[in-house]
Amino acid sequence: MISDAPGQMGMTSESASQVPLPEGAGQSNYTVIPKTSAEGTSEGELLEVAMGPQHPSTHGVFRMDVVLDGEHVVKLKPVFGYLHRNHEQIAESTTYLGSMPYTDRLDYLCSMTNNWAYALSVEKLAGLQPPERAEYIRIITAELTRLVNHTCLVGFLLQDMGALGTPLMYAFRERELILDLFEALSGSRMMYNYMRFGGCRVDLSADWIEQAKQVVDGYSRFLDEFEKLLTENEILVSRTQGVGVLTVKLAINASITGPMLRASGVNYDIRKVDKYGIYDRFDFRIPLGDHGDVYDRYMIRVLEMRESVKILNQALRDIPAGPIMDPKAKIRGFRPKAGEAYGRIEGPKGELGFYLISDGSPNPYRYRVRPPSLINLTVLEDMCLGETVADVVIILGSVDIVLGEVDR
Amino acid sequence: MIGEFFKGLFLMIWKVVTDQPDPKVEFVSVFPATIQPIISVLLSIVPIIMVFASLFALTTLLERKGLGRIQNRLGPNRVGPFGLFQPVADGLKMLTKEDIVPHSADKLIHFLAPIVLLVPTLLAYAVLPFGQNMVPIDMDAGILFFFAVGASTELSIFMAGWSSRNKYSLLGAMRAIAQMISYEIPLIISSVTVIMIAGSLSLVEIVDKQSGYHFGFLPHWNVFTPWGLAGFIIFLIASLAESNRSPFDIPEAESEIIAGHLTEYSGFKYALFFLAEYLGMFAVSGLAVTLFLGGWRAPLPFLEIVPSYIWFLLKLMGLVCLFIWIRGTLPRLRVDQLLNFAWKFMLPMSLINLFVAAIWHFTSVWNFRGAGLGRWLLCAAMIAVPYVWLGRTLIGNKKITHRTYRFAN
Amino acid sequence: MLGEGIIKGMVETAKNFVGSYHDPKRLTTVEYPENKIPAKENARNFPFLVFDGVDADKGLRCVACQICEKECPPKCIYIIKDTVKKPDYMGKMQIQPKIFDIDISVCMSCQICVEVCPFEAIKMDTQFELSTTDRFENLLLNKRELAKPNEYYHKIHPTEATEVDERLAAEKAKAEAKAKADAEAKAKATVAAAAAKAAPTPVPAPAK
Repeated sequence: MISDAPGQMGMTSESASQVPLPEGAGQSNYTVIPKTSAEGTSEGELLEVAMGPQHPSTHGVFRMDVVLDGEHVVKLKPVFGYLHRNHEQIAESTTYLGSMPYTDRLDYLCSMTNNWAYALSVEKLAGLQPPERAEYIRIITAELTRLVNHTCLVGFLLQDMGALGTPLMYAFRERELILDLFEALSGSRMMYNYMRFGGCRVDLSADWIEQAKQVVDGYSRFLDEFEKLLTENEILVSRTQGVGVLTVKLAINASITGPMLRASGVNYDIRKVDKYGIYDRFDFRIPLGDHGDVYDRYMIRVLEMRESVKILNQALRDIPAGPIMDPKAKIRGFRPKAGEAYGRIEGPKGELGFYLISDGSPNPYRYRVRPPSLINLTVLEDMCLGETVADVVIILGSVDIVLGEVDR
Repeated sequence: MIGEFFKGLFLMIWKVVTDQPDPKVEFVSVFPATIQPIISVLLSIVPIIMVFASLFALTTLLERKGLGRIQNRLGPNRVGPFGLFQPVADGLKMLTKEDIVPHSADKLIHFLAPIVLLVPTLLAYAVLPFGQNMVPIDMDAGILFFFAVGASTELSIFMAGWSSRNKYSLLGAMRAIAQMISYEIPLIISSVTVIMIAGSLSLVEIVDKQSGYHFGFLPHWNVFTPWGLAGFIIFLIASLAESNRSPFDIPEAESEIIAGHLTEYSGFKYALFFLAEYLGMFAVSGLAVTLFLGGWRAPLPFLEIVPSYIWFLLKLMGLVCLFIWIRGTLPRLRVDQLLNFAWKFMLPMSLINLFVAAIWHFTSVWNFRGAGLGRWLLCAAMIAVPYVWLGRTLIGNKKITHRTYRFAN
Repeated sequence: MLGEGIIKGMVETAKNFVGSYHDPKRLTTVEYPENKIPAKENARNFPFLVFDGVDADKGLRCVACQICEKECPPKCIYIIKDTVKKPDYMGKMQIQPKIFDIDISVCMSCQICVEVCPFEAIKMDTQFELSTTDRFENLLLNKRELAKPNEYYHKIHPTEATEVDERLAAEKAKAEAKAKADAEAKAKATVAAAAAKAAPTPVPAPAK
């Protein structure tokens, strides 16, 4: 369909940079890849489209080089790094405490869990043990973060599906309540910088717990409303079921974690496997999908939110009084003894781990993040091949990436 | 001369307001005979453009306010009282924006596309009866004319998409062509039912056929018959697709292909596209009102003192509000599902509806006891059964089911 | 049946549409310049320097120890120590910062400077309307712009400020007690020394 375009194919970067009338001006700027059949005869052309980094639905500055045959995806190459901020190098040149606020900026939707994962690995390194109240606070904030993240995700997913912001606005309405809680607790709405090695920075007040109880009570009502709005919607169902299937084998081989893995039917949740913190004291279940498609990923998140509400109810009921910092912990002059540690938690997006090597100095010798978003993104092409452009967008949405974490 | 001019003018306005026949006659006769036809035409064109352009401004505001409320926001409220001047601000912004034409675009076609879209959209208004005595041209084949000019809008969308030399525009244009041609068919077939029953292609005639009331309160509108209701729903769905409204806004799907054929348009040309799209929506809703909702007729006998054009506008705005409501709720279909829906569901349903309308027509001679009710139930069943069956197959083919989930402890 | 889910969804949006008129809880946003949500007590934005008394130059609690400068993750604090000691508002001689700049275009509001400060001298502000027309000059706050009285600190973070004041008072009391004890000990020592001094004189006498 494009072969009628006159002149040379493809505008090179040199010709684009010349100021007075580029060489390819008035001619085609499509990159056309000839499509040949098995016998070698021409069957038209493939169209290469760069979706992103300014594309509206790539969740930040992410690019997919998509080769299209009509509307169908033949090849997809993810290109990222537009938001690279040298996170690991910065962390290696600053103190242990100094990179805590930087972990907020990894996955900016769930800063609390990032804080926790980092604090957990430093605690392992330095041999600190947070007191019981601090453990409860961590679970409460982490589960609230899971609610925030999953709510945003389903909102964004439906926005990508073209629902014009209504589900997203409802999701943000509820997220706002939790952000208010977090602001009252930590002082900031997104960049909490709340956890400390061996505890938490600020204590919860009784007032805060009452407010949190109200928010959590309202949350199941919101989930009911949301599910009524969309879960049975024929358009949503037909758009998502059977689209972007991730097989169990591929999911395990590509070391996918989090809701994506569980949507494919693998029972693996670090909250149950590691029992870090005090997760073994709570009664909750792990929802598992059977198909591994976009619909399962959506539903697993909705069901996980319901389980989170259960955990929150238990935690807010049982939280004991007591100190919130390990007395051994110190803020100034923190130097863990030489050694290494890997701390991981079940973040809302998957396994979030921090690997640290200490040489006894105030800065980590090596600092490495295992970002769930990046590793879950690796199977994007496998899920997208053969689907249409419209599906690529929702498959990307269902992977749940935050570019701050992918690029670091 | 001047006295006659103002007398004619006031008489015309008075006749329009009070809904009397032939409002233009006295005013036009003031002018020399040679330019009388031109004046007469202008007197039809100018009000249509003015009324519907201001309705467009009002609707953009209404849409943003309504969507805002649906999404628990306030909507625009900064410009003027309650944000009433927001459309003015938007318009000014659009006009002062730089008009960017891509370097490798086909400049002539890129320039022509919005005009080619706007002109046929305006032409479609020529045959719509806005009020009892307000129809610009009472054409014998009015509905045919409407669809003929309506079909040419597809050309301009493809022109826009092709000439922009943008991959997203091209994808959008391809989608638009596929979508609009597919939905033209159910749109036309569902109107054919009305033509069959009314026995005329003239829109004025069709409105006339819907006069009168059952039992003194239920108007004789087509929508209150089984085939009319089904036809109305099919017509609405198809007209949503024709006017590229959500959930069929696939050609300009923002999250997938940026803005489709509009990607490379800016400034006034973009505003023209926007205007034409809304005018197209009004035109097709106006046709729906005319065909199924009794046109300008009042819903109850004692409300007939309200001028007819008010009823037309109210019904039109009601449909527009429904469109806004749908837009605020539904996610978008995928393009292959959209075509499946058109060819595997809408087309059979509209054909069945055509058949049902024929049966309705031939059973009108029944005169035994309970004939009316029996006829009604027969036709309703003839539509409901295929609806359920087709709906099942449409979903069942893809093995789409209600799912249950396992839980691990 | 086809269309059921769509109708359910439309009912839900209609409920929200109506609800947004009579249920103010649904509307989360406020009309900003006219209405503002009051800042939470723990809210933090950018740091400021606390001073006691009335004179910002004299009362600054900061003693230019430069710990915050060292610990600041994005390195947005810049301090130059004064070379001479100056009397603070109590008249005590202290080293004070000659230059204390915070580049709030770099600052990421992490509050680490507040946590590491041993003198409770730097605290977080809640002021957020800081937009200016010049991102270089106007976003680089100097000592004078940063200094805010203790009363302001009490106004924005009442609980925390009271705690800090109590702690400072306790420390001061302790320091005073210690100083007093020291002084007493010193006095005693001097007395003892004097006594000792006085004593030896008669002692040698018998030795004579």
